[in-house]
Amino acid sequence: MQRIGVFVCWCGSNIAGTVDVKQVAEMLKHEPGVVFSTDYQYMCSESGQNLIKDAIKEYDLTGVVVCSCSPRMHENTFRKAAASVGLNPYMVEIANIREQCSWIHKDMPVGTAKAVILGRAAVAKVHLNAPLTAGESPVAKRALVIGGGIAGIQTALDIAEAGFPVDIVEKSPTIGGKMAQLDKTFPTLDCAACILTPKMVEAAQQEKINIYAYSEVDSVKGFVGNFDVTIRRKARFVKEDLCTGCGLCTEKCPMKKVPNEFNCGMDNRSAIYIPFAQAVPKVATIDASYCIKKKTGKCGLCSTVCGVGAIDYDQKDEFIEQKYGAIVVATGFEPISVEKFDEFAYSQSPDVVTSLEYERLMNAAGPTSGTLLRPSDKQHPHTIVFVQCVGSRCDAKNEKGKQYCSKVCCMYTAKHAMLTREKYPDTDVYVFYIDVRTPGKNFDEFYRRAVEDYGVHYIKGMVGKVVPENGKLKVQASDLLANEQLHIDADMVVLAAAIEPDKSARPLATMLTASMDTNDFFTEAHPKLRPVESPTAGVFLSGMCQGPKDIPDTVSQASACAAKVIGLLSKDKLTGNPCVAHSDELLCNGCSSCEKVCPYGAITYADKEFRMPDRTTAVRRVAQVNPAVCQGCGACTVACPSGAMDLYGFSNQQIMAEVDAICK
Amino acid sequence: MTYSYYPGCTLKTKAKDLDRYARASAAALGIELRELPDWQCCGGVYPMAKDEIATKLSSVRALIAARDAGTDLVTMCSACHNVLKQVNHDMAADENVAAKAANYMKLDEPYRGETKVIHFLELLRDEVGFDELKKRVVKPLTGVKIAPYYGCLLLRPGRVMGFDDPENPVVIENFIRALGATPVIWAMRNECCGGYATLEKKEIAEKKATAVADNALANGAQLMITACPLCLYNLTKNAQSGLPVKYFTELLAEALGVKEDA
Repeated sequence: MQRIGVFVCWCGSNIAGTVDVKQVAEMLKHEPGVVFSTDYQYMCSESGQNLIKDAIKEYDLTGVVVCSCSPRMHENTFRKAAASVGLNPYMVEIANIREQCSWIHKDMPVGTAKAVILGRAAVAKVHLNAPLTAGESPVAKRALVIGGGIAGIQTALDIAEAGFPVDIVEKSPTIGGKMAQLDKTFPTLDCAACILTPKMVEAAQQEKINIYAYSEVDSVKGFVGNFDVTIRRKARFVKEDLCTGCGLCTEKCPMKKVPNEFNCGMDNRSAIYIPFAQAVPKVATIDASYCIKKKTGKCGLCSTVCGVGAIDYDQKDEFIEQKYGAIVVATGFEPISVEKFDEFAYSQSPDVVTSLEYERLMNAAGPTSGTLLRPSDKQHPHTIVFVQCVGSRCDAKNEKGKQYCSKVCCMYTAKHAMLTREKYPDTDVYVFYIDVRTPGKNFDEFYRRAVEDYGVHYIKGMVGKVVPENGKLKVQASDLLANEQLHIDADMVVLAAAIEPDKSARPLATMLTASMDTNDFFTEAHPKLRPVESPTAGVFLSGMCQGPKDIPDTVSQASACAAKVIGLLSKDKLTGNPCVAHSDELLCNGCSSCEKVCPYGAITYADKEFRMPDRTTAVRRVAQVNPAVCQGCGACTVACPSGAMDLYGFSNQQIMAEVDAICK
Repeated sequence: MTYSYYPGCTLKTKAKDLDRYARASAAALGIELRELPDWQCCGGVYPMAKDEIATKLSSVRALIAARDAGTDLVTMCSACHNVLKQVNHDMAADENVAAKAANYMKLDEPYRGETKVIHFLELLRDEVGFDELKKRVVKPLTGVKIAPYYGCLLLRPGRVMGFDDPENPVVIENFIRALGATPVIWAMRNECCGGYATLEKKEIAEKKATAVADNALANGAQLMITACPLCLYNLTKNAQSGLPVKYFTELLAEALGVKEDA
């Protein structure tokens, strides 16, 4: 028989307000095995913990039930307290009488009765608890960063700085991400390339950082501290170690009609290309879907002109296997397709552009070499209308748009408007907005400068229709403050498209068993207190993949994420969770039900020899659990038809005892 | 292929062309359009008031008749289509409205939107198929630049009509391609023609219709087609641009070589 102590917490008035804690302590005193029962104002406080420790010693307790808040809050606190006086920490059970009782009831007698029942269930469970010991697993001291934008680069640099090796996997031919495409950055207007490219170079030069550009994560197995990752290095058809990035091949390539992604398709590149001048690694890539040699077998000009023999038309995808202790997701974002919002005539007129396209039109390395010319006739536009919230802040019934605020558009639109007015004072600039949202250091000052010093016309209201006609864009909009309809003949319309997570995020989340929200942003372990960790242990989040953010926020999060990774990698061993599944081989019938439901791949099958009752032996196929991989989710114990699968700490018997206690 | 057919009042008077060319084309395509017996005016505009039941009843009668005939209900006029489809949606989505309608009409069981309402264009797209239609064309309208005009009623509200993307539709464009002609893609194709404003403030209807027609002309249209009698009226009588406007069914009959029979 266990000797159980019961400790009922008031949590100030959080619990005591709707639960008669004294009565709960009194009622539970009469449960079988309970030798001590008391209540206290804050059980988690040091004196509360001491109360538990003293009782364990004084009454020689073998089990402890704490009636308090959710085990997610303080289970660890109480387990540690018990362990400090020699009681196995897994002999401590929490009855959640706050989140699952006092907070959801208003009536004291109802709350009290329910708290007693919950306490009784915990007592019933403790009777069947057995001491458990957590195993240990080693930590592979290497981090994987998926995505080579500013988020991934910053995280990798910080981890490398702490002395741990990092691999960056980037799906495009160069690192740099979306920031490389930006012209100036708010609110200080320093050029994006000038602050980004030094970081890119630093990443390339840092000995601890290894960049796998033009590569993707192919598969992920394992668990925190021990991920086994296969990386697919896509064939560039150019030997990365030989190519010097001289660019001769790109000049000679006869196929020059490939839409240039870096300039949002507003000009063309060659089939063999280097995305931009400061690319890292600065290596050419052959775009097989356009290359004449790859398509027809004739040509081969790039191979002829290459002075170092780097071209290899027969190159194959290569697979690299590597062990990592931690994985950082930094997959970033992309703007939504605005063709769904064709009231703005994006698909009808080349002079209706997205904000990212406008960045390129303003950029010295862009298709117009930084001179603002409208795409249709290469003339200087005199009236420009900016439309904010295209696809952002849509109501839930609008399936085309996003419900969230994309967060960066107000600031970059103010930047575009301001820079346009500064460079071309003869241009009239209108900005239509729902709200102007500028929380951030020096942000509101920046926006007000656009309005007050640069004379940008900010109009509260939305554009309803853009009609391209005779070389003009006839914009129909409403001015909500003046309560009138506006008709503006514009030369260009710029759409601040909502942002969404990169398309590669969802398949990656499945691979990592990391959770996502309905918008495909990765979910953090706790929205306030664990913002850079995924709920999946060992997976960390950096940048836009977790939610819309500007560059300052992205870099802050990237460094925070690195700090978490460094914390993990500095450990030599990780203490595992002893509450894992195990299989009773005598009961197992080898049906594979458990293997199919296991989300972690922790279950394998083995043929084992058994002695049968008639003294013969038989070989049977039975399930085996790898306790290092098992996360203790319990899916297999429910799926097993023969009851062979059971979970330490949450055995079928224990659960049934709880149910019995509740239903008594 | 047999369908119940709801022509609507205008198709019996001002818009006879919309009706007779549709019938001739349907016959040529092997589609039987059975005109509902005793159909009544749809009301012309969808009654937006939630508690307004009486004005929805004529639509409900037509919908029940089609259900009892065991066929889908085909419409031709954009306005009738809009009213019937929206009323049908109300009956399916709102138990209260359906119950009230049933009380008025002394139905044993409330009508809950069982009938599928489809516009003739939808029938051509989904049942016949534009690829098949292309094969049936005997006089392709090669080289003609045609502006498709949707107006406001055919596609909106988008979730209820479930027809095409209201802001970037393609159905009439693809219909025009199937007839061998070239569609003009233009921005004002889903803007209002001025509608009933022509009765009260003609200048508004003139302004709207002219803006629509001018935009079609500016984009190189030689002809505009529509499915709505009121749009056709506004765009021919109230627009100053002189762009010819026809019903889509007239072009269909012409391409199928049955225009003379109609």
